[in-house]
Order: sequence, then C-alpha cells, then structure tokens
Amino acid sequence: MNITDMTAVQLSAAIRAGETTAVEAAEAVLAKIEEEDKKYNCYVTVDREGALAQAKKVQAQIEAGELTGPLAGVPVALKDNLCTEGLLTTCSSKILHNFVPTYTAEAVKNLVRAGAVILGKTNMDEFAMGSTTETSAYGPTKNPRNTDHVPGGSSGGSAAAVAAGECVYAIGSDTGGSIRQPASYCGVVGMKPTYGTVSRYGLIAYGSSLDQIGPLAKDVTDCATVLEALASHDRKDSTSIARDDTNFTAALTEDVKGLRIGIPNDYLGEGLDDEVKEAVLQAAKVLEEKGAVVERFDLSLVEYAIPAYYTIAAAEASSNLERFDGIKYGYRTEEYAGLHNMYKKSRSEGFGEEVKRRIMLGSFVLSSGYYDAYYLKALKVKALIKKAFDEAFAKYDIILGPVAPTTAPKLGESLADPIRMYLGDIYTIAVNLAGLPGISVPCGQDSKGLPVGLQLIGDCFQEKKLIRAAYSYEQEVCRHE
Amino acid sequence: MSKQYETVIGLEVHVELATKTKIFCGCSTAFGAEPNTQTCPVCTGMPGSLPVLNKQVLEYAIAVGLATNCDITRYAKFDRKNYFYPDNPQNYQISQLYLPICRNGGVEIETAEGGIKTVGIHEIHMEEDAGKLIHDEWEDCSLVDYNRSGVPLIEIVSEPDMRSAEEVIAYLEKLRLVIQYLGASDCKLQEGSMRADVNLSVREVGAETFGTRTEMKNLNSFKAITRAIEGERERQIDLIESGESVVQETRRWDDAKGESYAMRSKEDAQDYRYFPDPDLTPISVSEEMLAEIRAKQPEFRTEKRKRYKEEFDIPDYDIEIITGEKPLADLFEATVAFGSQPKKVSNWLMGETLRLMKEREVDASDLCFSPENLAKLIALTESRAINSSVAKEVFEVMFEKDIDPEKYVEEKGLKTVNDEGALKKVVEEVIAANPQSVEDYRNGKEKAIGFLVGQTMKAMKGKADPGAVNRMLKELL
Repeated sequence: MNITDMTAVQLSAAIRAGETTAVEAAEAVLAKIEEEDKKYNCYVTVDREGALAQAKKVQAQIEAGELTGPLAGVPVALKDNLCTEGLLTTCSSKILHNFVPTYTAEAVKNLVRAGAVILGKTNMDEFAMGSTTETSAYGPTKNPRNTDHVPGGSSGGSAAAVAAGECVYAIGSDTGGSIRQPASYCGVVGMKPTYGTVSRYGLIAYGSSLDQIGPLAKDVTDCATVLEALASHDRKDSTSIARDDTNFTAALTEDVKGLRIGIPNDYLGEGLDDEVKEAVLQAAKVLEEKGAVVERFDLSLVEYAIPAYYTIAAAEASSNLERFDGIKYGYRTEEYAGLHNMYKKSRSEGFGEEVKRRIMLGSFVLSSGYYDAYYLKALKVKALIKKAFDEAFAKYDIILGPVAPTTAPKLGESLADPIRMYLGDIYTIAVNLAGLPGISVPCGQDSKGLPVGLQLIGDCFQEKKLIRAAYSYEQEVCRHE
Repeated sequence: MSKQYETVIGLEVHVELATKTKIFCGCSTAFGAEPNTQTCPVCTGMPGSLPVLNKQVLEYAIAVGLATNCDITRYAKFDRKNYFYPDNPQNYQISQLYLPICRNGGVEIETAEGGIKTVGIHEIHMEEDAGKLIHDEWEDCSLVDYNRSGVPLIEIVSEPDMRSAEEVIAYLEKLRLVIQYLGASDCKLQEGSMRADVNLSVREVGAETFGTRTEMKNLNSFKAITRAIEGERERQIDLIESGESVVQETRRWDDAKGESYAMRSKEDAQDYRYFPDPDLTPISVSEEMLAEIRAKQPEFRTEKRKRYKEEFDIPDYDIEIITGEKPLADLFEATVAFGSQPKKVSNWLMGETLRLMKEREVDASDLCFSPENLAKLIALTESRAINSSVAKEVFEVMFEKDIDPEKYVEEKGLKTVNDEGALKKVVEEVIAANPQSVEDYRNGKEKAIGFLVGQTMKAMKGKADPGAVNRMLKELL
C-alpha cells in the first residue's frame, strides 16, 4: 500500500478498515513533502506539528465512530489565500509575510468538520494574480510532470502538490481559471463550482464577484467528494446560495446517454495548439461513443471575455487590496516620513509587479471620467456573455472545450509578455464572468509528455451533469489504459 | 454694502442609527467600551472577511425616508468609496452613491414670518462609520479604536433650499424630531449621533444661478451652526465685494475662535473611485416590507400636537415643549395613562423636570424615573399625603434614581401630619415663642404670618400641610 498514490476515498476507506491510520497517512505525505518539495516548491508553509496533532485527534474520532465520512483522516493542502487561524497565510505576497489570521475560512471549517488533516499552505501567484505561479514572492512552483515547465496558476502549488503526491487532495480558488488551468497543466482534476456554492468567508479576495473556492484532486470521485464537503450556505457571505442539491457524489454514475454536448467553434479557433485540439476532440468522441449527442455551435462574444474580465477583476482587486497598508497587519516599511509616505513605501515594497500592474489598471478603470467607458462597459459585456451562455444551455446540457490553448509553458516564458499570458485565459474566464460551474479533466498529453485538460462547462447549479460526464469519460479512459 | 445678498444653504446630515449591532457585522454599537473590544474580523477589515447587511438599518432608513416623503428605491445597492485613512480599516467605506435607498423627499418647516416652506431632500443613503484615531502626543504615535467602525449611519442630503440660519435650525429640528419619534436615533449633536455639514453660497438677490459654495464641517451645536453660517456668509460677501472670488473648498469651523479655515480645495479633492460593492447583493425592497414599515410608523409631532390639543386640557406652550422631545411626550402620555390628571403631569414636566434637566445637564432621553412612579407622586400630593415641598424633595430623589415615592415617603416618615391636635399643639408653641411676629400680625402686617407658618413647618420637620397650618394660625390668632 502506497499512501501517497491513493485517492482520498481509497485512503479514508483504508483508515476506516484499520489498514492504516490518519497519523500514518499524515506521516507518509509529510515524508513525501520533505523528500520532494525542494524540487517543486509546492508549499509556502508546511505545518508538520499541526498536521500530526490533528491526525491523532481525527484517528481517535474515527475509532470512536464519530467520523465516518470519505475525507476523515485524509491529508489536504490549502491554497495560501484561505485564512487559517493561527497558521501563516501569505497569499504568496511579501505584504502578508507575517500575517497569521485570527479566524478560519468557512470552507476550511467544513473540511475540518469532515475530518480533514491540514498539511500546510500551497504556493500561488501573488494574490491569485497570474497564470503560472511565477508571481509568488516565495519563488515559482515547478510542474511535477516536467520541472522545466510551470504548473499553471494561480492555484499552481495546489495542483502540483496533488500531482506530486505531496497531498491527497488540495483546495484552490478560481477567479478566471485558477483551479482548472493548473489542474490541466499538472494532469489532475479541478473544479470551479457555481458562484455562491462555496462560502467565500475567509478567502482573501481578488475579484470578489468572480472568486470561487473549489477542489483539486486525483480523480473525479475525489473531486465530487471534496466539493460536497466544501459546499454550504453561509450567512456570513451575502453571495452564498442556499442549495439542496449539493450531494454531488450522487452524480458519480457512468451514464451520458442522450446528454447534449455543444462544442463552441470559438473554442477551437486561432491560437489553439493542434495537439491540444486533437486531444479534446478525441475526448468528445469518447463521450459521443458512450451515447452523448455532440454538436458544434457558435457561442460568440468569447473574444470580449478577456478585456471584460481584466477590467472587472482588476477594478475589484484595486479596492480589495487597499486594506494592505502596513497599519494593522502585514509588511510595513522600515523608514518613512509621515502617513502618506508609509502607505506608499509599504505598498511599493510589499506588492510584486503583477499585483501593482492590476491595482493600477483597476484604479484607472474606476477613476472619474473612465468609469462608464471601462467598468460599466465591462459589466455590460459580462451580462451579454451570460446571455450567450443562457442561449447555449437552452440547447445543450454541457459545453465542451479545451481548458487552455496550450500545455504548460516553460518557466520564465510568460511573465515577459503579460498580454499573451492574459490571452491564455480565454477558455476559462467566460465561465467566471457568467458564474457557471466548470471542471477540468485530464485527457491525454502532448508529444512533450505534458498533460492536456478537457473542460466541461455547465449551466448554473448543473455541477452534477459535469460530474456525470467527467466520471463517465474517466472510467472509459481508465478501462483503455 | 450697497448690494443685497441672499444666502443659499444645503445640508448634509449624518445620523447614527440606534441599532444594537453594527451595519455589517454582529458587534455591539454601545458607546464607551474599552478600545477595540467591540470588534471582529469584519469591522477591522481583516483579509477574507465579508459584510452582511443588518436588516434593521435598512428598515430605519426606509422609515426615515417615508417620514420625509421620499421615494423608496426598490432596487438599491451599496457602493465602495475608496480612500486611504487609518480609521477606515478596509481603506474603503461601504456607502451608497448610484442607487441610494431614498430619493426626492422633503419636509415642511415654519419660516420666521410664520409661513410654511418645504426643504427638499435630494437623497438619504446608508453607510458605515469609521473608527477613531487617537493621537498620543506624549508617546508621539497614533492609535486606532475600531469600536465605532461599522456603526450604521444614514446621510440625509438636502436640496439647497434654505436661506438663513433660522431655516437651517428649523430643518434640523424637524429632522431630529422625526427621527427621534421613529426611534431610529437619539440625534444628539453634541455627542455626534447627529452631524451636520453646511454647504453655503451667496448670490445677489434676484440672481438666477448659484454662487460658488463652500462646505463647512465640525459643527457640534445649533449655536455653532448659526455662528458658522453667519460667519461664512460675511466672509463670502467680503470676498465678492473686494473683487475676489469664493473658492470651492471644505472648511473647518473653530467655534472657540468663531472662525473657519480651509481644509482642502476642490483641486485636491480625491477621486473616490466609487463602484458597486461586489460583496453585498443588491437590496430589493418588496411591497410587503414597505407595507410593514408603513404600518409601524408612529404618530409624529404634528399629529401629536393636534391630538393633545383635543384630548388634554393643557396650554399650547406646554404642548410645544412636551412634544418637542419624544421621551417627554412618552412620559407624559404614560403617566396620564396611570390615571394622573394631564395638567398635573404637564406641571411636573414643565416645572421640576425641566429645571433639574437644565441644572444637571440631563437629556430627555436619559430621564430615569418611570411614569408609574411619577403618577404615584402626583397621587400623594393630590391626596395631601405629602405637601408640595416634600413632593419636590422626593422628586429630586426620583430624578436621580427611579425610586417608588410611596415606599420612600413611608420609610422616611415624610407623610403630612393630619392630626389636628398635634398640629394645634405645635402652633400654640410657635405663637408663644414668637410674640413679636404675633404682635406684628395683629397690627396688620399680613406678611408676619408667613414667618409663623415657616416656623411651624420647621417644628413639624416639613411634614405638615402649609395650608392647614395657615388656617390654624389665623384661627388661633
């Protein structure tokens, strides 16, 4: 039995059966981190002591029959933008280099209630701004499939930790593709649920109207299992939705008969790597062979998603990040002359380049005289994109396409050309703008051996359809392998 | 000054709402606690925390809007006002710019000439208060107390409809009473639960366009407001007369010096980069909610005055004073409900109550004696169980601490001695001991009897009915 190769569902079953314990599981994964993380840099903080203490406690609860669920005793890695009481939470930024939250994020509490053992906090693009995990103040994370390449981002540390066996599953956040894209680059399953499904209370905000927490896992079963534990209606989050259909594991059935799948022509056009395209269309064929009805269609407006997204997300971020001022917590410059100078120096020294770029962009689009031309226009585009999806979902149960135009780029290639990096988000961001659920499932690899991700997009609250299709595809592929 | 000038004034009034908890979290709004003890991740701007609207704030804002004849915005939103300052933990204030909860209202005020004038209300919006900065000069540092951070406010923005300090005061009084009657705030200018910023410009009488306006801050009393308006009017006229122009700026009033100074001009006005707060869902006000709030609206002062006139036989002057403070009106009605005669109740409120309030600087909202005990006290005097000076003495105790006057009178043995024999004995002693006064009285000096009454009361330790003493003295002399 190799614990670090097991899925969460397998591991928790083994713990319940007495074949191993939560403590042994934590120790095995911690040993793996010890051994491998120098290579990948998945973690900003590893909480060895906390994890072992929690594992011991959970083991006792499992033995007492108090914890019986599929996540009890299973070690998890959390993206470093989720607040954890008493445990350093940096957002991979220098400005929060010493920030220890006084409370725990609601989604994390839900996991802890399910018996999760928190290993530590994973590396990310600073404040989730980036697509490669290279904007982290604590160095880039490397793709475990090929360390010359990035793991994607911004939840790159979480995706890489899952791929490297440095955790059993991980939690990320997705504002414009930040779960799905790194999942795709690292060859794991990642899901962004419908906006409002998982409480954002305790998630350090980037773009509040777009941010959603979600799982990164080794397979679709774990993905559904973790999402089921994460989801809850939280009165502390005004945007949280009361849903009675979050028993996502009920959708783990191999049945796509009659499922209507639409492939937007817009998602197969210029800029898409041929090998990625081939892998995605091959996956569509698998689903078609299993009984799904697959069609091409025109989604339209996709090209407007990127400017709209970078306008809205940057606007919200420019305001959300104002609280990091060196007054109450976090980094404060050493020498300053007066309040204004303290703000200026603390923020200039504390934030990295990409964050500053987006703060400036966001401040600009909200400034007087430009608000209508940029911010309001972006909101109109957002509404039109939602409408285009509504029309598509009148015809299809699921929209299928690639997660990203290419496989993982090499380290250092992306930051030199931010616009090109932004364009890489083209297939994921419309989903956030429309508040829809989306899942990334591995669908083969390119000639360099880098993983390709298949993206399935559903209408609001239709996660179960996505899980059903993703699970069906995964089972079929497993049989062939 | 050859030309005639007209003053044009509009007000921005901030009112602290009397909710138990803050606008976006469950922390207490109670005043006077140790610094930073009424705080949580939300009102201290901790990363990851999120606001949730306190429904009571919305209800109060709508109630004030309805009472001031506003249109209630059925689909309202909160916006973020972005600016950096340490008392503002998120460095943005959650307020309303684009879709405020109330718009297009107005209230009627009485003008100096006795006419009625409407002051328009442009809008009323909800927002959160900031924390408090404390500058420690001894240690040369600044500290922040976030207890006030997130206390709910409404801002009432008037149209530039006022033309004099008197009209401004009348408008503020009107707002204060409406809000106080609603129970939405105690509206104390001195304590900052009501704050008014004055926008003022002058123009030649008959001019059609407005002059350049200034905004005056730091006005903590009606007197300060009046002085500031007069001072600013003169300052602007002087500028114009001497060929200079008024600069659009924010000024701070120094009431001790009786002058204002510029804080910031329009040129360095900040760009607040307002945008809808994505953490708060839009507010939709349903028909049911509106109907519910409407049904709960209290009887306001105008109706109360009318009703008092019809129902109670008390002077108009008393009605003005009593309805001028909601707590006094409540006290009056409740005491009458306990069976006291309205005029007697009014006398106690207009006399001793107002006297002690002034002497001890107590606000009507802080009066502690219960209507039940006031009714008992009135009953005690009516039945002549105690005399009026004992009653006043007892009332002073009640004013400090809401005691039961019946018990108090019993315990302290303050009841009037109604034993004719005992009284007669004391009166005879007083007559015997004061032959000079007795002689003066018999020689026609009516006043001398007053001295004898006083001596008798003293001998009786105040527990006699002065009327009875007077009668007996006359009888025996």
